[in-house]
Amino acid sequence: MIDQEMTPQEIKDQKPYLEWGLTEKEYDYICDHLIHRLPNYTETGLFAVMWSEHCSYKKSKPLLKLFPNKNERVLQGPGEGAGIVDIGDDQAVVFKAESHNHPSAVEPYEGAATGVGGILRDIFSMGARPIALLDSLHFGEINNAHTRYLINEVVAGIGGYGNCMGIPTVAGETTFDECYEGNPLVNAMSVGLMNKKDIQKGRASGEGNLIMYVGAKTGRDGIHGATFASTDFDSEHETQRSAVQVGDPFMEKLLMEACLELIQKHADWLVGIQDMGAAGLVSSSCEMASKANSGVKMNLDLVPQRESGMSAYEIMLSESQERMLLCVKKGNQADVRQLFEKYNLDVVVIGEVTSDHQYVLTHHDQIVTDIPVSSLTDDVLQEKCPERQPERLTHLKENSLPKIDDPAQTLIDLLQQPTIASKKVLTQTYDSQVRASTVAGPNATNDAGIIRVRGTQKGLAMTTDGNGRFGYLNPRIGGQIAVLEAAANVIAKGAQPLAITDCLNFGDPNDPEVYWELHQSIAGMAELCRELNTPVISGNVSLYNENNGQAIYPTPMVGMVGLISNVDHTVSSHITQDENLVYVVGQTADDFSGSELQKMLTGKIDGKVNEFDYHQTASALQKALTAVEDRLVTAAHDVSEGGLGVTLAEMIFDTSLGMDVEMNAQANRLFSETPGRIVLTVKPADQAAFEMVLGKDATMIGKTTATHELKVKTTDAEFKLNGTQLQHQWEDAIPCLMKSKD
Amino acid sequence: MRVAIIVFPGSNCDSDLHYVLENLCHVSAKYVPSTATNLDGFDAVLLPGGFSYGDYLRCGAIAALTPIMGAVRQFADSGKPVIGICNGFQILTEAHLLPGVLKKNDNLKFICRPVALQVENNGTPFTTKYVKDEKIHLPIAHSDGNFYADPATVDELEQNHQIVFRYVDQNPNGSVNNIAGICNRRGNVVGMMPHPERASEKIVGNNEGFKVFQSLLSLKH
Repeated sequence: MIDQEMTPQEIKDQKPYLEWGLTEKEYDYICDHLIHRLPNYTETGLFAVMWSEHCSYKKSKPLLKLFPNKNERVLQGPGEGAGIVDIGDDQAVVFKAESHNHPSAVEPYEGAATGVGGILRDIFSMGARPIALLDSLHFGEINNAHTRYLINEVVAGIGGYGNCMGIPTVAGETTFDECYEGNPLVNAMSVGLMNKKDIQKGRASGEGNLIMYVGAKTGRDGIHGATFASTDFDSEHETQRSAVQVGDPFMEKLLMEACLELIQKHADWLVGIQDMGAAGLVSSSCEMASKANSGVKMNLDLVPQRESGMSAYEIMLSESQERMLLCVKKGNQADVRQLFEKYNLDVVVIGEVTSDHQYVLTHHDQIVTDIPVSSLTDDVLQEKCPERQPERLTHLKENSLPKIDDPAQTLIDLLQQPTIASKKVLTQTYDSQVRASTVAGPNATNDAGIIRVRGTQKGLAMTTDGNGRFGYLNPRIGGQIAVLEAAANVIAKGAQPLAITDCLNFGDPNDPEVYWELHQSIAGMAELCRELNTPVISGNVSLYNENNGQAIYPTPMVGMVGLISNVDHTVSSHITQDENLVYVVGQTADDFSGSELQKMLTGKIDGKVNEFDYHQTASALQKALTAVEDRLVTAAHDVSEGGLGVTLAEMIFDTSLGMDVEMNAQANRLFSETPGRIVLTVKPADQAAFEMVLGKDATMIGKTTATHELKVKTTDAEFKLNGTQLQHQWEDAIPCLMKSKD
Repeated sequence: MRVAIIVFPGSNCDSDLHYVLENLCHVSAKYVPSTATNLDGFDAVLLPGGFSYGDYLRCGAIAALTPIMGAVRQFADSGKPVIGICNGFQILTEAHLLPGVLKKNDNLKFICRPVALQVENNGTPFTTKYVKDEKIHLPIAHSDGNFYADPATVDELEQNHQIVFRYVDQNPNGSVNNIAGICNRRGNVVGMMPHPERASEKIVGNNEGFKVFQSLLSLKH
């Protein structure tokens, strides 16, 4: 097959690289300034994939610089497999989120499963044991068979991989909007725990040290996605394989145990370790060399292969799963081999570290690549993208006040909106309790999952939050709210927010309007990250998310982890006692643009989103955290989609208790979505102490009762709803929609 | 007391059992790989949950053929206590140390949630600390927990008091006679789908499974 590959001159003339995503300007720059000759077929392929946005962040990098990524706790920021934060006692928490949107649109089970597999490898390649998984899923409306198929398969894929690996899925979110119909968002996050001494980095340094390949064999899966044009292969030979990788969680479980044994017990054998994720062998090897300012030389004939006749190009670009690249000290290769063989895994020396800064590959005794390492990693042409405020935002209407005739019915209807309704039917297919450390899982109305840290008093609260609707109407405020909501979620569990990871899900960045949205969202997120002292320690960018030529809502997904100093002090999101006082932290304004209520009543998202004083909101949340930590709070639940009404209803679910509240406002305010609010309940005996902490930031609205009903009085209405009935309506909505034959 | 926890490739509840035994029960628990061939010196054997061999082919089918299972059989034949939890239960049925099979759940999905159980037999080495007919709650987490045996075998299990745990209120997976756990005729080999090791401490929401381990500890050795 080698001799059928185009010659360098043919590549220059026929420009196949355009279909692989490299521009003519980039190609010319590589020829003239980086390698001073024409690249051959394999080299051109390596450039195309390493210079892609996915690997190089060439378009988003100037914007990502806006994020704070350091503080006194951060041990590792962006640039490695995952970020690391110090949690005391010589322990650290490691986390990252990653999107698998496009693979999940094409093959939802494997797309979602391998998304989980990839994020887990990022965690254990840092030397941490994964202790939790989270997801953030955004689908189209549940009104057609294809969306139901996507939901069922994505959820089964996440569960299939995570359950088998024995990592609990403890939190997440699932929302529904038409804009995601052809392009669902499947974001997975993992959190790991480690001893600080075990921190590993993806580095290949020390001339003569060995590059070892471990794990699954390399096949043709995942090569270059859908852009792999037919010109690459003669039609009489191999046809293009699936662009989506296939996962094998059993293989990954063995790989994880072997890698953790190597790192925890034999760190002295190891120089560096990195996952073969996107762009497989090429990205892992050249990044490891680049970070150590080394060169690397590899013999591709030694790479374990699942299929015969693979070209150098295919071996390097394959995205076969469950593979890891190690840099091992010369002399320890036999020890490492023995360790991995114990787990029945392939383990092969495929190359070595050199000192000449060159990236050299041989295949069938020929040198097929000989280029500077930096030309693949550091010399990528940064692209300045034009940006422009989208037309739709120039004439948005003022925030309009919805008229509510029957607030009781409105609440019932809102509780049955898929974005708000119980996701139990989906989340109970995830093993949320394996590892026997789950203090709060996904099956209730929990704002965040909690994992206790065995052997300490500590707990880790974790959440994912991504709301595209506010971003659609105002990307900057949407970015602010994504971070703020995540913080409110972990604070409601009594955790101090530590840091965030993100998946930036946007449309085509070549569209100046989309690039403007990305810029604004990042700026908004960065403002709140600074305010809350929660730096961005890892993340990814997923661009080109489009549905019928329309970009999705700008959907920045925030994954946040918070530290609970004493996990015995965490509070339930359900009320626990009657005759407690009910407070709302934060002011409620007329915030209906982008709300679930607006979508339900008008079928669309529209209007200006109000600015909010985030200094004030963040300060109020911090006081709420103090109250929880001081044990002045008996239950806490964040206010988000559907507003206060939904929060109050959810707080009485799964209890035999109720609430009696009165608001000095019109009934529509019950459904306003002013960001950054939390409902707290407090024992009467603690009233004075609580009010001392919160001051004017909390408003008392009523009390908990012994009867299982929600009683609400506003200036224009009064109603009473039975808790059991309400809970059934909330729980039955999604099973009912999933069964429908429409 | 020395307890062996068998580790098959793909087991993932082994460390949870180890934690409960070492940290909560303060007894010596050792991991024994499936490639080992003897269990000398151990007083009890635990087969953990997980996805041995990825649950490929059939849950527990490949694990049942591993070298350690010969030793587990000898250990069981000598009358010493053996328990298989979740995947461990599946392995014990595949190895014919317990009757019946575990089919896919009747809704064909993985189910993770707490279930209500009744302790039907408190005479096994793993249930003596429970009161007969005691109602408890334990979490389940499985795709294949739907116990089935032919009617004659089920009758025999009922007659001989070999049903150890039964689902009450609601059967989550379609098992015959609401069976959640059984034992062999002699009573020393127990298999159960629910996870007592995930319900052994209040902080994780429930400690009603801890008596399974306390029962084992109360055995005289």
